Amino acid sequence: MNVHAHFVAQLHGARPIADPAASDALVDVEDMTVTFRSRERVVHAVNGVSFSLRRGEVLGILGESGSGKSVTLRALMRLLPDHAQVGGKVVVAGHDVARLDESRLEDVRGRAISMIFQEPMTALDPVFTIGEQIAETVRRHEGCDRRTAEARALDLLDMVQIPSARRRLKAYPHEMSGGMRQRAMIALALSCRPSVLLADEPTTALDVTVQIQVLLLLRKLQKELGMAVIFVTHDVGAAIEVSDRLAVMYAGRFVETGTAIDMIETPRHPYTNGLLDSMLSGDKRGQRLETIPGAPPSLGQAPAGCSFAPRCRFAATSCTLALPEPTAFSPTHTARCFRMDTKAERFAMLADA
Amino acid sequence: MKPSADLPSTKSPAAEPRDRGGPAQPLLIVEGLRKHFPLKGLPFTRRPVVQAVDGVSFAVKKGETLGIVGESGCGKSTTARLLMHLIEPDAGTIVFDGDPVGGLRGISVRDLRRQMQMVFQDSYSSLNPRAQIADIIAFGQIAHGRDATEARERAHDLLARVGLAPHLFARRYPHELSGGQRQRVNIARALAMDPRLVLLDEAVSALDKSVEAQVLNLLQDLKQDLNLTYIFISHDLNVVRYMSDRVVVMYLGRIVEIGEVEALYRQPRHPYTRALLSAVPTLDPRRRTEAPPLTGDPPNPINPPSGCRFRTRCPFAEGVCADRTPILAAIGEGVDHAVACHMDTAGSGHSKAPAAPVSSLEAAE
Repeated sequence: MNVHAHFVAQLHGARPIADPAASDALVDVEDMTVTFRSRERVVHAVNGVSFSLRRGEVLGILGESGSGKSVTLRALMRLLPDHAQVGGKVVVAGHDVARLDESRLEDVRGRAISMIFQEPMTALDPVFTIGEQIAETVRRHEGCDRRTAEARALDLLDMVQIPSARRRLKAYPHEMSGGMRQRAMIALALSCRPSVLLADEPTTALDVTVQIQVLLLLRKLQKELGMAVIFVTHDVGAAIEVSDRLAVMYAGRFVETGTAIDMIETPRHPYTNGLLDSMLSGDKRGQRLETIPGAPPSLGQAPAGCSFAPRCRFAATSCTLALPEPTAFSPTHTARCFRMDTKAERFAMLADA
Repeated sequence: MKPSADLPSTKSPAAEPRDRGGPAQPLLIVEGLRKHFPLKGLPFTRRPVVQAVDGVSFAVKKGETLGIVGESGCGKSTTARLLMHLIEPDAGTIVFDGDPVGGLRGISVRDLRRQMQMVFQDSYSSLNPRAQIADIIAFGQIAHGRDATEARERAHDLLARVGLAPHLFARRYPHELSGGQRQRVNIARALAMDPRLVLLDEAVSALDKSVEAQVLNLLQDLKQDLNLTYIFISHDLNVVRYMSDRVVVMYLGRIVEIGEVEALYRQPRHPYTRALLSAVPTLDPRRRTEAPPLTGDPPNPINPPSGCRFRTRCPFAEGVCADRTPILAAIGEGVDHAVACHMDTAGSGHSKAPAAPVSSLEAAE
C-alpha cells in the first residue's frame, strides 16, 4: 500500500513536538499517587506507581476493576476530574504533565500522547462524520488547509484497514459496526502522530474474531510507527498478544512487573499466581477452579502494608506492617512481596508447617 | 403440585418427582425455533426484518450443561428469551420433558417457568433497586402461591446456599452489593422455584476473572447438589469449554455446529467454528497469533447472505454456498456431532465435499 508507506515515512520524519530526551524514556513516572477527595469520601486509587517506557516499547497493565489501571492512564494525559489529586512525577515526551498550562496541554494531547477508549460510540462525536472528526484534529494541531487534512484522514482510514475508506470518511459513527468504529477511533488517535499511545481496554467490547484483528492491527501500527504504547486490560490473553512487558496492578500499585514470558512462566507474586490460576483454558475441565478468596480492599485509606495480605494464603504478620519494596529476580522481573520464593517453594513451606 | 419448603439440597437426584419422560427423554427439545423482528421501513416498501433466530433446533439432555457460543447478533440471547417465552416465537415448538409448551395438551408457560429459570448478564438491572435482597428472592415464590413467611425463610436458606450470609445480606439493597454478590442473588432467585433447568445468559461475563472463577465453582456445586440441567450461553469460549458437556455454535441466527465439547474444540468441522476458536488470544507469549483467522465484522442480521450465512467471510466459499442453505447433519452415523456445511455434505456440489453416496456405491460395484 503506497499511500500507507508514504504516511509512515512522514511519521518518522517530522516530529514537531520535540522530546528533549528523545534517546531516553518517553514516559517517566515516579511514585505517582492519585487520590480522589470529595465531601463524602476519599479514595486512594493509585498508591505509588513508577515506570518508564522507551520509544517502541509496549507495556501492558493487567488488573481487575478498581485496581487503578485506568486512573493511571488518565493521569498521564491529565484527564482526571478536578477533585483528583495527583502526586509524584509524571513526564511524558519531555513535558512535566502536572505543570503544563491549558494551551500547552492541548498541544501535547493528541500530538505527543493520545488515547483510545473501550467504547468508541461514546468517544466519537455522533453528529460529525468520521472524516470531519479526523480532519478537524489534524487542522487544529498542524494548521494545514482543509484539503490536506482530508487527504490525511483518508490515509489514516487506509492505514487502519477500513475497507472502502473513501466512502467511510462520510459515515457517521452510528453507521459503522463496532470493529469499524474502533478502527476509526484508532485512526483519530494516530492522526497527529503521537509518540505515546494509551489504550484503555480497546478490545473488551468487541467480538472475539474482531478483537484479534484489532489487537494485531495495534501491534502492526505500533511497530511501523515506533510508538510507545501502554495497553490497559483485564484480559491476560489480549495483554500477551500485544505487550512486551507486563505490569500486574492491585489496589493502586504495580505488584509485579516483567516481560510477558517472565510473568506467564515464572510468576512470583501470589496475586499474579491467583490471577493466572483463575484463568480458564482447555485443560481445566472437570477440575475445581483455584480462586482468590475475598474481594479487593476498599481504598478509603492509603494501605500501610501489602494490600493483598488479607487475601493471601502465604501472608505473615510482617506483610500487614510494612510495604514490601520491589525485589528484582532478573533485570526485567520484579515483584513486591516479602515471600520471594517461587509458587512451588511456598506450597512446600505450607505443607511443612 | 404442592410447593415444598424443603431445602433443595435434601432432594435426592434419583427421586425427581416431576420427572415424566424418564432418563432417556431429553429435558428440552427445541424444533424449528424462529423469531424475526420487523423494523420500521419506508412506506410502500417491504419492511426490513432482523432474522434474529432462524430455524434453530436442538435438544438438552437431563443433567447436562449445553453451552451456546457465538458473537453478538448470532441470536444466542434471543434463543434464551424465546425458550423462556419472554418473547413469543414466530414459529417452532418447545417440548419440556415430553410435554409440548402451550397448546391444548401441553403445559402452560406458567408451568414451564416453574421448572425453567433464567439468570441474566446485567446483575444490577435484573434486580429491583427498591427491594431488599430477601424480598427479591421471595417475590417469585409468593407470586406462584407460596406462603409469605415460608418464602422468606426459603430466601434465607438460598442466600446461605449461594455463599451470602443471610444475617448480613437479607436486608441489604442491590446497590450495596458487589457485582459478584449481586450475581449470586440472581442465582438464588432463579433457584427459589426449584427449577430443573436454568438458563444462564452471559451470567459471568460482567465479572472480574477471580470473581468469575468463584461463581463458576458455585454453579458447578449447585448443579451437582440440586440435580440441575444448564443451558450456558456465553461469548467466552474458554468459559463455555470449562462448563459445558455439549456445545452449540451459532452464527447469524442459525446453528452451524453442535457436538460434544472436547470433540468440537479439538476437531472443529465448520470453518466458522475453526476461525472462532483460533481467534481466542493465546496464553503463550512465545507463540503469539500472527494472522487474524477472519477479516471484517459479522454481517448485519437485517439482510443476511443467501444460502450459507457464513459464506461472505468463509475462505472456502463456492457457488453452491450462495445457492443452497446447508443442512445441519451428523458427521457420521451415531455420532453426536453435527455440522451445517456443504463441505461436509456428500454430493453437495462443493469441490471439497465427499463424493455422493450414490457414486460411491457405483464405484464399489
